[in-house]
Amino acid sequence: MSDAHKPLNLSGWVCPAPLRNYPTVVMGHGSGGKMMADLIAHLFAPLLQNDLLNQFGDSTVFDLDGAGKTPRLAVSTDSFVISPLFFPGGNIGELAVNGTVNDVAMSGATPLYLSAGFILEEGLPLDDLGRIVTSFGAAAETANVKVIAADTKVVNRGHGDGLYINTTGFGVIPDGVNIAANRARPGDAVIVSGTMGDHGVTIMSVREGLGFESEISSDTAPLHGLVADMLAVTKDIHVLRDATRGGLSAVLNELATASGVGIEFEENRVPINLAVQAACEMLGLDPLYVANEGKLVAILPAEYAEAVLAAMQAHPLGRGAAIIGKVVETHPHIVLARTSIGGTRVVDLPAGELLPRIC
Amino acid sequence: MKHLDEYRDGDITRRLLAEIAATVTRPWHIMEVCGGQTHSILKSGLDQLLPPEVELIHGPGCPVCVTPLELIDKAVKIAAMPNVIFTSYGDMLRVPGSEKDLFSVKAAGGDVRMVYSPLDALKMAQANPDKEVVFFAVGFETTAPANAMSVYQAKALGVNNYSVLVSHVTVPPVISALLESTDVRVDGFLAPGHVNAVMGYWEYEILAAKYGAPMVVTGFEPVDLAKGILMTVKQLEEGRGEVENAYSRTVTRSGNVPGQKIINEVFQLCDRKWRGIGMIPMSGYCLREAFQAYDAERRFPEVQTITTEESALCISGLILQGLKKPHECPAFGKECTPQSPLGATMVSSEGACAAYYRYGRFQAALAEEKQS
Repeated sequence: MSDAHKPLNLSGWVCPAPLRNYPTVVMGHGSGGKMMADLIAHLFAPLLQNDLLNQFGDSTVFDLDGAGKTPRLAVSTDSFVISPLFFPGGNIGELAVNGTVNDVAMSGATPLYLSAGFILEEGLPLDDLGRIVTSFGAAAETANVKVIAADTKVVNRGHGDGLYINTTGFGVIPDGVNIAANRARPGDAVIVSGTMGDHGVTIMSVREGLGFESEISSDTAPLHGLVADMLAVTKDIHVLRDATRGGLSAVLNELATASGVGIEFEENRVPINLAVQAACEMLGLDPLYVANEGKLVAILPAEYAEAVLAAMQAHPLGRGAAIIGKVVETHPHIVLARTSIGGTRVVDLPAGELLPRIC
Repeated sequence: MKHLDEYRDGDITRRLLAEIAATVTRPWHIMEVCGGQTHSILKSGLDQLLPPEVELIHGPGCPVCVTPLELIDKAVKIAAMPNVIFTSYGDMLRVPGSEKDLFSVKAAGGDVRMVYSPLDALKMAQANPDKEVVFFAVGFETTAPANAMSVYQAKALGVNNYSVLVSHVTVPPVISALLESTDVRVDGFLAPGHVNAVMGYWEYEILAAKYGAPMVVTGFEPVDLAKGILMTVKQLEEGRGEVENAYSRTVTRSGNVPGQKIINEVFQLCDRKWRGIGMIPMSGYCLREAFQAYDAERRFPEVQTITTEESALCISGLILQGLKKPHECPAFGKECTPQSPLGATMVSSEGACAAYYRYGRFQAALAEEKQS
């Protein structure tokens, strides 16, 4: 990639508003919303971009000879910095496996290999570490991926939140599958695989002691099996995304932009767990903006929608799947929700961190 | 969800909307006072479904929006001090002061924490006796009882490392100010149901009698709002100007009496500056003499001299008074967005500008296209 090594012209570097406003990194830069998108577009992309990274997918698709004669591979890397390390429904170990497995699976790939980097903070109980790595190993076994490279580092007390994990995953894409963020076409159906917001609200509830933990748990799960069942119905799935940070709204906005289309969905058709809905009502949050760790969004030709939906509902991780809307030609780059009373509203990217309202 | 779905029911809302359309004969300007109502109207798209004669004007009832800039500067200064744990409702953290917001203070190493209740801040003070814990006590009458309770308990429990930076405002004086302003054209009000839940609505009877304007206590779901608008339109069409209650499942005439008692015990009325509007006499709460020791401005006297002026580009004052709609601002969506807000109405999710940006931008752009 000769382009990637051109000398950098930092004087021509335009700093967008959020960076101008914040001369240092703030938490909002990592929340999956507009601030993060700006940081990537204006700081990282100009310095690192190339034709492969510019796919801007959950995982990057490439082949080793660059000529399409070898199998296509999918690669993705993700870092896990969640606090608390243990939460209802899982812990950081299985989250680190499932998160990367899912990113790889969103290319339609069968995940095969993982690398793992563990950054340990001085003082982390070995008992906790043991439990986390046990569940890391169990999750890898469940997902049928091999850990083929690993690293450990220790940082001084106070320099890490107990434990951070980075994982990189590799998978092979079956022939005839071509899933990419820019392939949503007008007329396509939009499907979600289940209830939205479970993971984010669970973590918030534990962190803030809100007391919803008994009713909800994180949905962390590997989704490649569900994806395989969907691809068995048709290989012509256009787009897959797991709805992590920024939730459903961030995913739909990214896809509308990447494909240059509009997306419309019925607010009432989005499945939401009652306890999650209650917690969000109390906190003044919108479940459409809250993170998931075991849910995907699929965009595919409408003629296959019912059959794929049936296949999803037959899989344990897709029981709550629903067709929520469609891709449209009008209002490109904009996501519209039809409300229960028949009005419409724009569903934008979240700005920065999710903030509960005062009243 | 029970107790919620029935108030978001499409059929009931459409029936109420049809009744509004059948009742209205001429143009009326109705102000929803509370930012929570603005948020819900735009989120549900209720404004798009009203007959053209009914225009909603978004009122000043957004606590984050009306907190004066200099108070945010004071908060920023206190939060940056060593040995201080600065606590706040989440919404206040991103409001820009004249130089930075509380998130930036946190990024620079300040101990800034979001809490859901001031009583959590008080617990933090008990758990950290060697630190000064300060709570940013903003809001209308809705948050006043909890904020007052935290100060009351701090005193009762002898927690001396707790203090509050107070910026409390009250609704009736700003309604009076709006009705007395010659620029403002509001025919009737949707009174803020959550404020009424605490304060009751007897104060609004005095206002309705004085100014002859209908005031309908209104809730926050689409059915509540449609019902409140219908009752207001009926009064206007019949030439009445009274207080009516469209939110009786939550609000009584006398309100939450123990809540009012704790407010009165800890706070007294005082003059308050409103961001974008200016000074309104006796429009807010300050700590009573007996609780002055818990006033953060006294505890950190170095902030008392801070005074700040507003950005000249921002027209949030006109927006808070209902004189302009957010998308009529030249900076809207350009220099001013939720990520880089110029004024508080763009910061708070209850603020009219942020609500327009989030839910209404597309419709506003379409409407402009149609006109041109």
